Amino acid sequence: MLEIKNLHVKLEEEDKVILKGVDLTVEAGKVHAIMGPNGSGKSTLSYVLSGRDGYEVTEGSATLGGEDILDMEPEERAAAGLFLAFQYPVEIPGVGNMTFLRTAVNAQRKARGEEELSAADFLKVVREKAKALEIDANMLKRPVNVGFSGGEKKRNEILQMAMLEPKMCILDETDSGLDVDAMKLVADGVNALRDEGRGFLVITHYQRLLDHIKPDVVHILSDGRIIKTGGPELALEVENNGYAGLKAEVA
Amino acid sequence: MALPQPKTDTLAARLSGLDLPGDSGCLKVAREDALARLQATGLPARRDEYWKYTRPETLTAPEVVPAALLSDRDTPVFDDIDRVRVVFVDGVFDAEASDDLTLAGVTIERLADVDARDIHWAKDLYGVLETRGQTPVSRPLAALNTAFATDGLVIHATGKAARPVAFEYLHRNETSDAHLHHVIKVDSGADVTVLEDGPAAARFNKVMEVDVASGGTFHHVRAQGRDHERRAATHIFARLGEGSVFKTFTLTMNGVLTRNDCVVELTGDNAVAHVAGACVGDGDFHHDDTVFITHDAVACESRQVFKKVLRNGATGVFQGKILVKQGAQKTDGYQISQSLLLDDDSQFLAKPELEIYADDVACSHGSTSGAIDEEGLFYLRSRGVPESEATDLMTLAFLAEAIEEIEDQALADDILERLQAWMARRRRD
Repeated sequence: MLEIKNLHVKLEEEDKVILKGVDLTVEAGKVHAIMGPNGSGKSTLSYVLSGRDGYEVTEGSATLGGEDILDMEPEERAAAGLFLAFQYPVEIPGVGNMTFLRTAVNAQRKARGEEELSAADFLKVVREKAKALEIDANMLKRPVNVGFSGGEKKRNEILQMAMLEPKMCILDETDSGLDVDAMKLVADGVNALRDEGRGFLVITHYQRLLDHIKPDVVHILSDGRIIKTGGPELALEVENNGYAGLKAEVA
Repeated sequence: MALPQPKTDTLAARLSGLDLPGDSGCLKVAREDALARLQATGLPARRDEYWKYTRPETLTAPEVVPAALLSDRDTPVFDDIDRVRVVFVDGVFDAEASDDLTLAGVTIERLADVDARDIHWAKDLYGVLETRGQTPVSRPLAALNTAFATDGLVIHATGKAARPVAFEYLHRNETSDAHLHHVIKVDSGADVTVLEDGPAAARFNKVMEVDVASGGTFHHVRAQGRDHERRAATHIFARLGEGSVFKTFTLTMNGVLTRNDCVVELTGDNAVAHVAGACVGDGDFHHDDTVFITHDAVACESRQVFKKVLRNGATGVFQGKILVKQGAQKTDGYQISQSLLLDDDSQFLAKPELEIYADDVACSHGSTSGAIDEEGLFYLRSRGVPESEATDLMTLAFLAEAIEEIEDQALADDILERLQAWMARRRRD
């Protein structure tokens, strides 16, 4: 599904290399987790994959379903099936959440040559999916993420994911700022989307999210490289020994 | 005091081809007074304090710069609204194209008939609010209008108007030079909405005087545009009695030169005045909102909300003033002017002013210029919304605060639809 090869990335504005050769393959139907200390390059990886400005790929490649995504515009990547759940979802005053969702869903359908959803059909689907995430009518009406609590913002990300039905989902520290109940709600939302045709890349600092979203593979990212890959037990090892222990072990 | 020579020359040139209309009665006096005011101030010049950012030459010159007619005329903005249509072609009332002017709660008549039909209230009001609005800042183009306008409507709301009155302007002559003067009187407890739409003339000078008695309500929604080459100077003069409500909103699309003055006097306690505008300009576009709100009573509220979207070298101007007179305690004054600059060539010039002589008031003002929010743009694009569409969505979001000033949702929707069409047209181009 997602194949990253020898990916090197530096900041566009300054001479700072963030990713120093990342190799990673996420297969359809699998959940991969990336863990790593602050500054290891986790968020950069998610931004580079989704096409945010400010990063320069100096070497390597990233493909989605065999298609090179690094040369695509962000909207083309989205239409190709990539979705990033933001660590800090952006507030957009003046744009209603519902308008935003419908514009996004229909833009992707259009890009893929599918028919746009009618207002009635869209409303039906969105209500159903929102309900599962405990998102009420008021939250759908309000401007995108404006005045939402941390938990509401993250649930809104998962709602977008559920509506857009991407092939490859990247979750960037979706657990940050969530209490246990909110995290469980978000995790249930993600788990409901687990599917044979869909890959997940879950980026997190802590093991606790992985109690709820059980990964198939765990990678440890440190200083721009994946230094260790293993099963779910690797997350527990981090929890017990910290990243310092792992780094020492690899070195 | 004698005018400086250049001003004398400009005024003489402008007046050389103009004769005062041949009214007999009270309008004649009002016109002569207006001409005297004009002769005292002269026409606007670049060095005048309130004309620093807008070049008045094409508005004051004797000859009109021709303006091409729009090849693809829009359907009227408020087409879906049940309204009384009043059509003006190049500033001249067109009875045939207009609806029957009978409307419950309102009498609608022509300015040209004021003397003949002895419409007392209109005689007593014509030019009065304009005169009041000449101090402390002179507005010579309005005095010129009072002196020479021959057409316009006089509207008297005595009760709740059954339908809005909609002025529809048509531009059919490339060199038309129109002066229109509307006078609107809203009685105590009466309620009327006035709509305006359409390209009016190559050069358009319009004055609207609105006198709202205590407890009266006046709403005004206007769509200017989208004729590119028009030059327009419009004035609204409003006087608000106790507990009255005055709300005006203007959408401006295109136009090489548009100057909209709005002068509001809150003379009765607890009156409310909202003055709002949204404009979108692309390229050869200059739009100037000049607002002057005077609080001269207790516990009045005023809001000024102006948003401008500028691209490809377009220019926006905002000059907004709140004057709180001595004794106008408990004033609640708010003013915001913001521009969204879509490129480095466009500019926004803002001059917010507060002048306060009462000590128990709340007045705030803010002015910003900025580019589109990159974070928001990326967020939308990451969800699959193409860049141009995402930019439009962010632009509409920027304008939302101004459009929300329109109380009637159906009217707001019409304005929004027109904006979306303007953007879609630019996406195609």
